[in-house]
Amino acid sequence: MVTNADHLHALMTLQRALERSFDSDWLRGSTAGTGSFPPINIFQQGEDFVAIAELPGVSKTDIEIQVQDKAIRISGRKTVQPKGPASIHRRERISGVFDRTIALPVQVDADRLKAEYQNGMLALFIPRAESDKPRTIKVG
Amino acid sequence: MDEIPVQEKREVPQKQEGTVPARSFIPSADIFETDDALEVVLEMPGVEQDHVEINIEDDVLDIRGTIDFARYQGLRPIYTEYPIGHYRRSFSLSNRIDQHKITAELSDGVLTVTLPKAEQAKPRKIVLG
Repeated sequence: MVTNADHLHALMTLQRALERSFDSDWLRGSTAGTGSFPPINIFQQGEDFVAIAELPGVSKTDIEIQVQDKAIRISGRKTVQPKGPASIHRRERISGVFDRTIALPVQVDADRLKAEYQNGMLALFIPRAESDKPRTIKVG
Repeated sequence: MDEIPVQEKREVPQKQEGTVPARSFIPSADIFETDDALEVVLEMPGVEQDHVEINIEDDVLDIRGTIDFARYQGLRPIYTEYPIGHYRRSFSLSNRIDQHKITAELSDGVLTVTLPKAEQAKPRKIVLG
């Protein structure tokens, strides 16, 4: 039985873990950096990686993902127009085009890369290439 | 079309010390007015259908969206650009709104709350004689 305390604990644990990796230099060796849309969080899952981007209100057909070597490119457009004629009281949401490339420090198995878009979140399941995984050498 | 700039998430300010130390964020909102209603559109990525709570009390529209953290189980953050947390925002309602007819729709992390205008609040065009 999962209690409210468990949910709260899970939330706080995640938030603290995210805070610790805010200054992460995991992408330091590459050209990537913060400041590009969409903002991305990268997680490790076992030996593989999961990149999660926030893309609320973007139509699935408006997102394009390309993989090449160690780079992943996410591009598309985000529109925020009201359905019919309307007068604007407040405007905070931003629309436009985006085209972002992340150069990962690891080799990616492009054939097994999966993308999922749900509830305005784009999740990329990035399997590490076999050749990139550490191999143990037996001492003979 | 212009390139989208990154918007940093704004945190809900804690007026007094909370017993719940987790952080919540203010969703970006657009407010449109049509002839029949006011539409409040909020961006709450990661919030699922049954995780939205809309309450109206004392002429205040209170909207909350919660995140299911179970999805992050087994994931260890190694590089972070944005924080994750629940969403919360409130708006004062004028008496022009018919509070009993408020509806809401969630799609792709975007919540649209439609606030129909009370009959007498609908615009009447004045015809120049």
